[in-house]
Amino acid sequence: MKLTRRHLLLLLPAAGAAWKYVLAGTPEAAPDYNRTEHWWGMLIDLPRCIGCGNCVRACQTENDVPDGYFRTWVERYHVSDYDIENPDVDSPDGAKSGFPPAKDPSGKNFFVPKLCNHCADSPCTQVCPVGATFISPDGVVLVDKTYCLGCRYCVQACPYGCRFINPKTDTAEKCTLCYHRITKGLTTACCENCPTGARQLADLKNPKDPIHEFLKTHAVQVLKPYMATHAKVFYNGLDGSVR
Amino acid sequence: MSAFKDAGHLFRLLGVFAAGLLLFLIVRGFLVPRSFGEYGHYRGNALAEIAARPVNYAGHATCEGCHTDVFDKKKDGKHAHVNCEACHGALAKHADDPASVTPQKLDAAVLCVRCHEANAAKPKSFPQVVSADHASGVVCDTCHQPHSPAIAAGGAK
Amino acid sequence: MYPNEVELQWSVLIVLYPFLTGLVAGAFILASLERVFNVEAVKPTYRLALLTALAFLLVAPMPLQLHLGHPERSFEMYLTPHRSSAMAMFGFVYLWYLMAVLVLEIWLDYRRDIVLLSQSSTGLKRIIYKVLTLGSSNITERALHIDERTGWLITLVGIPSAFLLHGYVGFIFGSIKANPWWSTPLMPVVFLFSAMVSGIAAVMLLYMLLTRVRKEPIDMRCVDTIARYLFYTFIIDFTLEMLDLIHRIYESDESFRSLDFMVHTKLYVSHILVQIVLGTVTPIALLGMTQILRLSEAARKRIYATAGCLTLIGIFAMRWNVVIGGQLFSKSFLGYTTYKMGLVAREGLLTAIVLTVLPFVILWVLVKLLPPWSEGKRTPITAPAHG
Repeated sequence: MKLTRRHLLLLLPAAGAAWKYVLAGTPEAAPDYNRTEHWWGMLIDLPRCIGCGNCVRACQTENDVPDGYFRTWVERYHVSDYDIENPDVDSPDGAKSGFPPAKDPSGKNFFVPKLCNHCADSPCTQVCPVGATFISPDGVVLVDKTYCLGCRYCVQACPYGCRFINPKTDTAEKCTLCYHRITKGLTTACCENCPTGARQLADLKNPKDPIHEFLKTHAVQVLKPYMATHAKVFYNGLDGSVR
Repeated sequence: MSAFKDAGHLFRLLGVFAAGLLLFLIVRGFLVPRSFGEYGHYRGNALAEIAARPVNYAGHATCEGCHTDVFDKKKDGKHAHVNCEACHGALAKHADDPASVTPQKLDAAVLCVRCHEANAAKPKSFPQVVSADHASGVVCDTCHQPHSPAIAAGGAK
Repeated sequence: MYPNEVELQWSVLIVLYPFLTGLVAGAFILASLERVFNVEAVKPTYRLALLTALAFLLVAPMPLQLHLGHPERSFEMYLTPHRSSAMAMFGFVYLWYLMAVLVLEIWLDYRRDIVLLSQSSTGLKRIIYKVLTLGSSNITERALHIDERTGWLITLVGIPSAFLLHGYVGFIFGSIKANPWWSTPLMPVVFLFSAMVSGIAAVMLLYMLLTRVRKEPIDMRCVDTIARYLFYTFIIDFTLEMLDLIHRIYESDESFRSLDFMVHTKLYVSHILVQIVLGTVTPIALLGMTQILRLSEAARKRIYATAGCLTLIGIFAMRWNVVIGGQLFSKSFLGYTTYKMGLVAREGLLTAIVLTVLPFVILWVLVKLLPPWSEGKRTPITAPAHG
């Protein structure tokens, strides 16, 4: 039977309706967000961090993080003058309520906020047996909690200790770089609530992003570079004692 | 084929294995999620599901849309880059429907010390005080207006 | 400690799991000694070793399932295995070893008995045996010869498969660069040799126990040979572990200070006392004595029994020290945590004890179903002609 114009007139609207149905079944992000145009990271400007703990509280509020577990936290370092290898580090409840006064104000003291580094070469995604954790096309390491078995292999494999098992869902969980916010043009909850601008979201694929200039003009490091995870959280002013 | 005559049981075993493999492949076809492998070795729909989470912090751009007077007061002071919700808490619900959610009145005594209590680990250039000794225990917002905290001709209450 | 590190991720069940798969690999290697390397002396333990391996292999996935947050999703490892994950690939190694090596070898070795039993038994047992024959009752000389040759080939393939089975478990730990207690290329090798030690000791103990229970005369030549192999394997295992230790002490890298402190404090009892002194040096010394001195049969039996038990305790302690020890220190090397083992919990001590006893229950069923003793040798005895 030859395909005539009459056939097409009948088929095309039907196909259109069917296509809409297919699309409706696939939830989309914000309509003008194109994943391939972004490569997300973060900049942490350590000289600005005041250890207020706003980021930790904001993250918990935004993401329903259970008590006792942390998607981000702040550590306070006390480095005595003669022993850079063995700093005193504390992080009371992840700094959710800030920090008490320092016991020993001598030597060098500073704060270090930490979170998932969204490594480009992450050991956690490498070891997941089923593909429940992965790096998105826009550079964010995420966990699919409907697919995760809760085997905890990824938690063991993370060199930075940023993963945990959520006791409510029994699946692996960690910082998502507020994926649900950044795909809508907002910034992450921690960056939004940081009063000093110590934390700044960075889009490495965006030529206008201030991070490019910053990386050129400051001495910037990542945590544990020898692990070769190609972390995308960059620390300005990272001291050699930071573990 | 006399060699195979006495190996019949092995062929039966092979058949059992083949049947098992076939069954597995069929079951697998049903059980693997449709969107798996779309972008990589994971369920493609997971991206959209994660991105569809509701937002709790509206973001300063949203606040400034309505509260332009506060924005004007803030933009020249030291708290210009302190975002609204850093002190006022998560207010996306208020931004969506201002009448339904009224932001709570903040307790300056608790709030201000979170950032400004003196601590050896804070940067030396950051304004910090030992609250017990500062201004003989008077509440912070007696002298400092939070949206523009400097005590100068224009800023103080 | 990083805040998320305080709680341990892998519990005593994950200690039990490599212990059980280790027994499998070790028992199988012992069985293969006779089959492929023609070590006649250990023939009496051939079938027992295979059944032991099967009993433990069937129980081995259970601690894993109980530990998962979502055991109902565990089949995803077979549906969408992530090829870069050692854990995912291990699922297939396990399946291969179970179906294509162990079950196949047991079936081929027992096939004649299964056919005979399917004809002579009644009731439920008859049905079970009939199913196991796969409908074929061909036990002519030629068919059995084919079985023999095929079995030999499977054992040949089975040896590297057994190495792969437990080496993989070692690799699951050894490939984690984030954890310096685990991350060493020696890990798969150490795991494998300690597995062989535990498997050989287990079969030796089981054989001695079962011959006593059955009031049969013990084949001392067999037990002496097994003990000798245990001794040699133990020397290699001990050498490897000492190599790892000496290497760490000598290189003294960033992690050493933290790990050294941990071994001397938190792991003092389990590592130094139980694993090294009681579980390795003592059995080696005892077994060494039997090799050097001329001892009476009674003395040798007592030494073998003692050494065997101490070995099993020591190898379990080794698994404990690797798995639990690897989680007691912080990846910042600046702190430690403690393991709070539950008692009557899903991942608690009671569960571990039940899972340790269960393989022996299964072995008892297997021994009843497929008796290893109806004939001590593998060559078929002439049976009265049946249909």
